[in-house]
Amino acid sequence: MTRLFYPYDITRESEMEQPLDFNRRSRLKHVDRAFKSEIINIIQLTDMEKLFQVRILDDADRARFSFLPGQFVMVEVPGYGEIPISISSSPSHRGYIELCIRRAGVVTSILHKAKRGAHVGLRGPFGTHFPIGKMQGNHILLIAGGLGLAPLRAPIFDVIENRSNFKEVHILYGTRQPSMLLFNYQYEEWNRIADINLQVIVEEGDASWTGPVGMITQLLDEVAIEPLETYAIICGPPVMFKFVCAHLQNEGIPMDRMFVSLERRMHCGMGKCCRCNIGSTYTCLSGPVFDYWTVMNLKEAI
Amino acid sequence: MLFRVLSKKEFRKFVGLLLADTEVIAPKQIGVSTDGKPIHQYLPVQAFGEIDLEYETTEYPAKTYFLPYRENLSICSFDEDDWTREIHYRLQPRVLLGLHACDINALLKLDKVLAGDRYPSPYYISRRRNTFIIGIDHDPCEGGFCQSVGADVVTHGFDLYLTDLGDRYFIAINSDRGFNALKLVAAKEPTKRDNNDYLKVRSRIASQFEPLEMHNLPNLLDIEFESDVWKRWSEKCMSCGSCSMVCPTCYCYGTTERISMNNEQGAKIKQLYSCNFLDFAAVAGGHNFRADRETRLKYRYYHQHRGFMEAYEEPLCVGCYRCGRACLAGINPPDIIRDLQTEHQE
Ligand SMILES: Cc1cc2nc3c(=O)[nH]c(=O)nc-3n(C[C@H](O)[C@H](O)[C@H](O)COP(=O)(O)OP(=O)(O)OC[C@H]3O[C@@H](n4cnc5c(N)ncnc54)[C@H](O)[C@@H]3O)c2cc1C
Ligand code: SF4
Ligand code: SF4
Ligand code: FES
Repeated sequence: MTRLFYPYDITRESEMEQPLDFNRRSRLKHVDRAFKSEIINIIQLTDMEKLFQVRILDDADRARFSFLPGQFVMVEVPGYGEIPISISSSPSHRGYIELCIRRAGVVTSILHKAKRGAHVGLRGPFGTHFPIGKMQGNHILLIAGGLGLAPLRAPIFDVIENRSNFKEVHILYGTRQPSMLLFNYQYEEWNRIADINLQVIVEEGDASWTGPVGMITQLLDEVAIEPLETYAIICGPPVMFKFVCAHLQNEGIPMDRMFVSLERRMHCGMGKCCRCNIGSTYTCLSGPVFDYWTVMNLKEAI
Repeated sequence: MLFRVLSKKEFRKFVGLLLADTEVIAPKQIGVSTDGKPIHQYLPVQAFGEIDLEYETTEYPAKTYFLPYRENLSICSFDEDDWTREIHYRLQPRVLLGLHACDINALLKLDKVLAGDRYPSPYYISRRRNTFIIGIDHDPCEGGFCQSVGADVVTHGFDLYLTDLGDRYFIAINSDRGFNALKLVAAKEPTKRDNNDYLKVRSRIASQFEPLEMHNLPNLLDIEFESDVWKRWSEKCMSCGSCSMVCPTCYCYGTTERISMNNEQGAKIKQLYSCNFLDFAAVAGGHNFRADRETRLKYRYYHQHRGFMEAYEEPLCVGCYRCGRACLAGINPPDIIRDLQTEHQE
């Protein structure tokens, strides 16, 4: 008898043989394949945070990989789990990406134990980005609280590398204590760039701290803002960006000129698992970067 | 659409041919409930006699054949400091016989999410394309409100669709493989009488539904966001997640990874989840974005009737009432929707 049914083999479809490129998301079907990547360097930033320099092993995949500031990757430690992490390096840098990871639970702890040379899986980049192009010709406020400096670093690099496209550039950063300051080896460099105003503040100083003490909004008081010619990017915990955005709104900056990055639990990065839903909005697809007006309109956002 | 008519005798022969060729999943009686009603489940069958096409409904949906409750997404083999990964998609063809319109509509909705343009899922597509679907018309099931959500009829998403005309089946053909399969038996072109009988059966079925007022539900959900309706219903909810497990359209999941005892292999496992589970939106550091059950219960309805509506102009819910039957607390969509509709009229 002739067979009625023949197996349909999806792996034979042309899209399955095309190279991985998550930003070309339509029709990409091998979505659970990851780029095998090597941790090439580990830099201890604080007790809780390490910076991982990660290089995609396959030359062609590495050459093709590109991202926009604010996007994230899903980092997989096989056997342990997969977590979303913002890319913390410059979008123009092509050899490796940097991920700043805080020790928080199962996967992040195993990553903190990992040694140079270990292999992890990367999927992505995923999500929306800070629209730096749209901000050209304006003043830029780059504001971070705590771990928020990790995702903010990508737009900081992008703005610095294209400095002439912008008017005044302010980088404002605050943490609880001086020991929690991330990337403090880099402030010196950012500070020395003519025309970049970097301010760092802590909530509780210590014996060695000579900088300002207080809340991040205090730094804003010293910045003269031209509201209709300013864009702001704010990264940090919800309480922090709520205060900062309220402050900026009082200064007259329209809410759709402020951008924040939201965090939710994520298990796929592709709009499938629903774990990242805010109301019915997928943080992984419509976010993590949202303008503040959109955030105000999302039920249960903050 | 092409139509054919097949005598019940020929249909039996047809199923025999399918059984000889491939795996067949069909409604099968697995027991009797305490109130004397037969309990059915979609299970692999070996003989025509095991199939009960007169079944009213099943406790579990057929989604498990497309979205298994538990599935290995990939297997990793460790070797010294390195690893290699293998991914396999299900290739074996199978026949799913006896799906009702609501359940086929449920698959069409899942197709939108899982086989659309944005990151289509190869795991799902592979199972979907390898499944030959034969649907069947039936009288409304108890509690079902599929007509109110527009899910009581289907025009695609299946290969063949049967309507019982007593001594014969009226068959709608929706695929080339369905057309070819029917060539194996003596299927006839429908006569005028066949067409008339078919239309009569269809209108008999359609006239039996009790309408549920769904007018303006997405906006109503927004307006009633803080409504006491949610508080009242959620007080009973045990966050057991049964509603999502039996729902033919709920597709949320979680992934976990495991390492074998000998440390040689790791697996990335996908498990269907429920937005009613306590830790659905819990993140590291102890914060939970949906810590109380009221919020969680509400968002299950939000996703079904507002979020999906916003994205695809139709609700996700197909009105099968499985969640209502499964919930030990008696929480069910028609009652909640009626409560929301009347909240302001008092
Ligand atoms: C878009 C985005 C960007 C992020 N960027 C960074 C970053 O640059 N640096 C950094 O240190 N952290 C970042 N996080 C948070 C980071 O993902 C969590 O700290 C991490 O998932 C915790 O995983 P765990 O296994 O160590 O913790 P556990 O508590 O053991 O978590 C178990 C599982 O829960 C899920 N989960 C728990 N917490 C979170 C969370 N906050 N967000 C998403 N999923 C979670 C993950 O699937 C995780 O595998 C980001 C989160 C998001 C959503
Ligand atoms: S609504 Fe019912 S079935 Fe769903 S979680 Fe609550 S108690 Fe369980
Ligand atoms: S929500 Fe309930 S009635 Fe609607 S499709 Fe799911 S199980 Fe059926
Ligand atoms: S992370 Fe899975 S849907 Fe957004």
